[in-house]
Amino acid sequence: MNSFLHHFAFEFRTGIRNKQMLLMNYLFPLGFYLLMGFIMPAINPPFREAIIPALGVFAILAATLLGIPDPLVNARENGIFRSYKINGVPSISILAIPTLTTMLHSIIVMLIIVVSAPLLFKAPLPVNWLAFVLIFVTFYLACAGLSVLIGVVSASSRMTVLWSQLIFVPSMLLGGLMLPYSMLPGVAGKFAQLLPATHAMNAYNGLAMLKAADFSPWGSVIVLAATALLAFALAGFLFSWDSRNTTRRGNPLLAVLVLLPAIIGIFLF
Amino acid sequence: MSNQIIEIKDFRKTYGSHVAVESVSFDVNQGEIFGLLGPNGAGKTSTLECLEGLRQPNGGTMRVANLDPAKESHKLRNIIGVQLQSAGLPEAITPDEAMKFFCAYHNVAPRFDLLERLGLIPKKDTQFYELSAGQQRRLVLALAVAHNPKVVFLDEPTAGLDVASRVELHDLMRELQGQGTTIILATHDMAEAQELSDRVAILLNGQIVNTGTPLEITASGAGLTKISVRTQNGCLVNNTNNFPAVDQQKMKEDYCIYFSRDIGPTVSAIIAFIEKQADVLIDLRVERPSLEDRFLEITGKVGAK
Repeated sequence: MNSFLHHFAFEFRTGIRNKQMLLMNYLFPLGFYLLMGFIMPAINPPFREAIIPALGVFAILAATLLGIPDPLVNARENGIFRSYKINGVPSISILAIPTLTTMLHSIIVMLIIVVSAPLLFKAPLPVNWLAFVLIFVTFYLACAGLSVLIGVVSASSRMTVLWSQLIFVPSMLLGGLMLPYSMLPGVAGKFAQLLPATHAMNAYNGLAMLKAADFSPWGSVIVLAATALLAFALAGFLFSWDSRNTTRRGNPLLAVLVLLPAIIGIFLF
Repeated sequence: MSNQIIEIKDFRKTYGSHVAVESVSFDVNQGEIFGLLGPNGAGKTSTLECLEGLRQPNGGTMRVANLDPAKESHKLRNIIGVQLQSAGLPEAITPDEAMKFFCAYHNVAPRFDLLERLGLIPKKDTQFYELSAGQQRRLVLALAVAHNPKVVFLDEPTAGLDVASRVELHDLMRELQGQGTTIILATHDMAEAQELSDRVAILLNGQIVNTGTPLEITASGAGLTKISVRTQNGCLVNNTNNFPAVDQQKMKEDYCIYFSRDIGPTVSAIIAFIEKQADVLIDLRVERPSLEDRFLEITGKVGAK
């Protein structure tokens, strides 16, 4: 427990001390929140109602997809995992602790948004707080799971950027953050259902903000939870201490299995 | 009862079709400083990393403190301490955090005394990437020994260190040895290996070509003693006569250097020659062959020095 606490404390401080992580955890999400909060309601008044869920989703996407994979790849390629292995740091800590510390950063950002959005932008607060917290946690874990999986299977920092952007950019365009899901054409809508952000916005709308959902909001929560579980299981299975000198337990291509819950969700929900 | 804490027999390590280490066997006794010497690519790091449980051997057997590193690496963690060749610490970690972090995983109290001893207390809140190369190596060493391991593996421990830090590190190694710790030292620094090691093994192209105490290894070579002579008028410079028992000779700055199989007749003849030429002897140095000389001889580079 003592080791876990020291590891957690160090990783949490790194999230603030490291400039790149500070940017992804706080500066980018909060800067974007202020920018969108001031600009978007003037252009698109209904956006005011989506400020809290949409910018909360954005904060999680930035902190996880843009913040978690690269340090994992760098640590593995620079021999830090080898040093951890020698000193008895278990692989589960290497994957779980960045997940938990980034979650704490995301909670802080979400609190800032929830407290300030009604004051600054007259944004409505969630109606069902329990559902809001549940969706926050499941969406966070789904994104963190995907990010950890990207960090585990990517051969280099450049590859983490590619994989992360493959999720991040479509999430911004099609995930219902800037543009409602209902405005997407059919095929784009189906593709959007592969993205955790779409499910998070759908679940926030249907369960936390008590607005009309575009498809089953509980189905979205199930897809997010299943994605999170599968992503962490695959990351644990494919984890490698040293990409050059140890063999993985499975082919990195197995990582695409993480899309299964979302694909099944398209047909079920 | 056997005193051996490390036993390696017919160890083999390959990377694809490349054989990095072949048929390596040696033992290390408890409390010994054992030097593993060899040029780059000789197989030192592969051998160490298999002993540390970081890589899997492709053949042979290895035992460290009666454990198989390949299968029981989790049990090995509190028994061994490792200073890797690469730093292996997160950029943002401070010495204070690193000490608390690793000691917590080893379930021991943080050893801030080691940070003090290695001159890192003034830098205890400085991030790892802001430390100098020498400070980084000292920190990694402090972390490697903080949990009082039975066996410490040091891979090029003094690379990048200044003279004072090297001396401090050597003192620490001797102190650890005095407490019964076994140290495996992989190094290019022959003077360091000769000074510290009880026994050394020389690896070349993945095989052990010589093993023994530094004295045994230096004595097992051609045994040429280096005699450096400088005179006032330089009478030896253009001397074409061979002195007795001299195998090689060369000039370096104002010194004539002779490599002799038998120093008595050689030195007598040189002094007699200088007197005969009415010259004056300014300096005469006799040096026994060092481990480095023997190493160069073994690796086929004798005379390059």
